[in-house]
Amino acid sequence: MNHLLRSHAPISDDGWELLDEEARQRLTPALAARKLVDFSGPHGWDHSATNLGRTTPLASAPGEGVSGLQRRVLPLVEVRADFELSRADLRDADRGAEDADLSALDEVAHRIAVAENVAVFHGWHDATTGIGEASPHESVQLGESADAYPRQVAGAVERLLCSGITGPYGLALGREQYRRVVETAEHGGYPLLDHLGKILEGPIVWAPGVEGAVVVSLRGGDFLFECGQDLSIGYDSHDGEVVRLYLEESFSFRVATPEAGGRAESLVARGGTAHRALISNQTSVLPLAATPQRSAS
Amino acid sequence: MGFDQYHEPPDELPARTRTFARLCASLTEEAEAIGWYQQRLAVETDPEAAAVMNDAVGEEYKHFSMDLEFLLRRTPPWREVAEGILFQAGDIVEHGEEAEAEAFEGGAADDGGGGGDGSLGIGSLRGASR
Repeated sequence: MNHLLRSHAPISDDGWELLDEEARQRLTPALAARKLVDFSGPHGWDHSATNLGRTTPLASAPGEGVSGLQRRVLPLVEVRADFELSRADLRDADRGAEDADLSALDEVAHRIAVAENVAVFHGWHDATTGIGEASPHESVQLGESADAYPRQVAGAVERLLCSGITGPYGLALGREQYRRVVETAEHGGYPLLDHLGKILEGPIVWAPGVEGAVVVSLRGGDFLFECGQDLSIGYDSHDGEVVRLYLEESFSFRVATPEAGGRAESLVARGGTAHRALISNQTSVLPLAATPQRSAS
Repeated sequence: MGFDQYHEPPDELPARTRTFARLCASLTEEAEAIGWYQQRLAVETDPEAAAVMNDAVGEEYKHFSMDLEFLLRRTPPWREVAEGILFQAGDIVEHGEEAEAEAFEGGAADDGGGGGDGSLGIGSLRGASR
C-alpha cells in the first residue's frame, strides 16, 4: 500500500475506476501548462527536490585547509484539494447508475488544475517563479476586443524572433481571452483561432487561471515542470455517509534561463533561451519578453 | 498504410490509447530488429560488415529502451512490476513472481484496481489538443 491509502477506502475497484476516469476527464482540458512546458517525471512521492547544479559557499569548514559548498536544490511543492463523496452515490454507481453525483470531484479537479496553471504561468509565492513573473518585458495591452490579437501575438512572436528565439510557439489564453478568440471571426469570416494558429505554428490552449495570455516558444529547455507524484486521488477517512478523499500532486517548476521577470498578468513568449513576450490581461497588455531568471531554491 | 496495431476500431479508441498502441508496435519492431541483428551477426564473417551491424544494433537498443520507458511511464502497474524485475541481480522468475504479487495482490486496491503508484497517469500533455 502506498501513501494514498486507497485500499482503506470503502470504494470498489469499479468505483475507483469511475473516480479516476472522471478526474482525468476534468483535469486534462484544464492542465494548460502541461501542454506547453517541458515535463519531467513522474519521479515518485519520495522525490523531494530538483537539482539546480548550484552551490552556496559555507562560511565555516570542518578543518583547516578545506572549504565547503552546500548544494542548492529546489524543493518540490505538494498541492492537495480535499473533497467528499456520498457513499450512497458510490453504491448507486456500483449498481450501474450513470448519474452518480461526482460534482465535488469535478470541482476540486478544476481547482487543482487552475492552481497548477497559476503556479507555472504567474508564480506561487515562496514556491515557484512563474513565467510571467520571470519576464522582464513590459506588458502589451490586449484590449477588450479580440480583433487586435493577431497583431499583438504576431508582434510578440516577431520580438522573440529578434531575440533569436525560434518557434513553433504556443499560446495560453485565460478563460475570457479564449472565449473572445473562439467566438471571433475576422473580416470575411475567417476564424480568429485559425489565424492565430498560423502565426504561432503551435497550439492555442484554454488556460483557466491565467490572467491574459502567455506566448511561449515550444523549442524546449526553458520552462521545466518536474513532477514527483503525478495527480492522484487518495483516501483520507470515511463514516457511514461520506468518504473523504483528496486530489494531490507534487512538483517543482523553474524558469531555466536567466533574464526575465515579468508580471503575472501577461502574455509571455518563451524560447530556447527563454525569451518571451507577454500579453496581459483583460484590458491588456502584451509585453515582450526576454530571458527568464533562474530560480533558485 | 496499415493500422495493424489496432485491435479495436481506431475511431472508437481515445487518442491516448492510440498513442499507447503505436508505441507498443514500435517496441515490438525494435525487439524484432534486435533479434534480426543478433542472427546476422552470428553468421557474418566480414568484420567490417559486422562492425556496421554492431553499430546499428546499438541504435535498436536505444529505441527499444526509449519505447519501453515511455510505456512504463504511462502504465503505473506495468512500471511497478518492471521495477521489481529490471536491473535486479538474482533469480528472474522469482523477482517476477514477487513483483506481480506486490503490484496486484498486495496493492490492487491501493490504486483502485489500477496498480502502480495510484496516480491518474496524466503526465505530459504536449501534443494534446487545446
